[in-house]
Amino acid sequence: MRYSLFSLVGQALSGNRGWTRAWRHAAPKPRYDVVIVGGGGHGLATAYYLAQEHGITDVAVVEKGYLGSGNVGRNTTIVRSNYLLPGNIPFYEWSMKLWEGLEQALNFNTMVSQRGVLNLFHSDAQRNAFARRGNAMRLHGVDAELLDRKQVRAMVPFADYENARFPILGGLLQRRGGTVRHDAVAWGYARAADAQGVDIIENCEVTGIRIVGGRTQGVETTRGFIGADKVALACAGNTSRVAAMAGLRLPIESHVMQAFVSEGLKPLVDNVVTFGAGHFYVSQSDKGGLVFGGDIDGYNSYAQRGNLPVVEDVVEGALALFPNLGRLRILRNWGGIVDMSMDGSPIIDKTPVDGLYLNGAWNYGGFKATPASGWCFAHLIATDAPHEVAAAYRLDRFARGALIDERGAGAQPNLH
Amino acid sequence: MRIKCPYCGERDAREFSYRGAAGLQRPDPDAPGAQEAFVDYVYLRDNPAGWHAELWYHRDGCRAWLVVERDTRTHEMRSAAFACPLPQDAE
Repeated sequence: MRYSLFSLVGQALSGNRGWTRAWRHAAPKPRYDVVIVGGGGHGLATAYYLAQEHGITDVAVVEKGYLGSGNVGRNTTIVRSNYLLPGNIPFYEWSMKLWEGLEQALNFNTMVSQRGVLNLFHSDAQRNAFARRGNAMRLHGVDAELLDRKQVRAMVPFADYENARFPILGGLLQRRGGTVRHDAVAWGYARAADAQGVDIIENCEVTGIRIVGGRTQGVETTRGFIGADKVALACAGNTSRVAAMAGLRLPIESHVMQAFVSEGLKPLVDNVVTFGAGHFYVSQSDKGGLVFGGDIDGYNSYAQRGNLPVVEDVVEGALALFPNLGRLRILRNWGGIVDMSMDGSPIIDKTPVDGLYLNGAWNYGGFKATPASGWCFAHLIATDAPHEVAAAYRLDRFARGALIDERGAGAQPNLH
Repeated sequence: MRIKCPYCGERDAREFSYRGAAGLQRPDPDAPGAQEAFVDYVYLRDNPAGWHAELWYHRDGCRAWLVVERDTRTHEMRSAAFACPLPQDAE
């Protein structure tokens, strides 16, 4: 059913008894043209764009848990395209453009809120670095504004402007950045893909990838073998494990990243604000809770929960910037497993196995990339050629020395 | 998380810095196929969900490099040993 004001009013008047399921509970067929491993944001977006842009509707998305149980529901919901390097900016900007039209495209309220992303700087050197980043963005047609201290103060009056150690000198603002409700992204893509005939198969874990003569035949799952001409991996958080089923060894370490939600407050933080002297970023949800996070824990982990040193570090960052949060109670925190690549950038590429496609290594920034990731991965699967805005995200870039290292940290994933 | 340093005893993991997988052997740059071997050495990792041998540096302690075996799903640790054998005391 199509959602609209009329459907809303009609349902309200009839006691909300007529709402139908947003997607079918599909059982696996013996064979599909394309099987996508991973029913997170990226896998569902890939399925939707395969159907919508390329007319490939004989597609299954297999998910080991329930939809939205992985990283798409574990992030801090921030979307932005404030990147520096030429390999990244066009991709993330395309993602930003897709976010801007997403609700209309999916006919689903994903609560896209372009409230602005403000990155604060605290030293002259950091101002220079942010000015350079802002200029790189503007050269690529992305919006960026460099604010001075007075302008930041007008936007974020409650920050600590008397902090002698980390004075707020200004900020780099991307007004088109903001937040999107992450669960609704998964649900919206699932519903739109399902409407095009895509089978979404939950509680179906891939246990093996059948390869005969170097050619992918399909996937073994907990619900039996599913044949496929093409198998597409979109299982960030488990990429190394699933790729190992096909004999691949990847430039990835899996780490845990924590996020936090506070008790509800009256409106306080109007934008997404990031602290430049530590690692802390915050926005406020519509329910009033502050949603915030910081660094990864820094060691390989598949635990989906973090340890206390990072909690302390994040809270220290929060209080250095906003001392008025000192009595705020944290309602909950959780961890997600992020596949950190060796240069801090993702991979969207074919693999050495025929018919096996790889989308992964999203580091700690996969959520904002969801629409463009799906768009470009669908393009790769349908045409066997990389999409122009994702052409740099090749698997062989490590061997070629064509790294995309925004942080300049080298092959040390916990520093990206 | 606490690590049993063989020199200092059980200490908070905050005293340590993490380096990554242990046991990677730097290839011989003069051997045939050295370029591929270096790509493997620098970039590719097993990244297991389960037992993982990894390097930790006791930064705020004895400054020794340790090889720690840890389960990446539970953070249980079953061993921690010096990455290099200690120089033997003179007779």
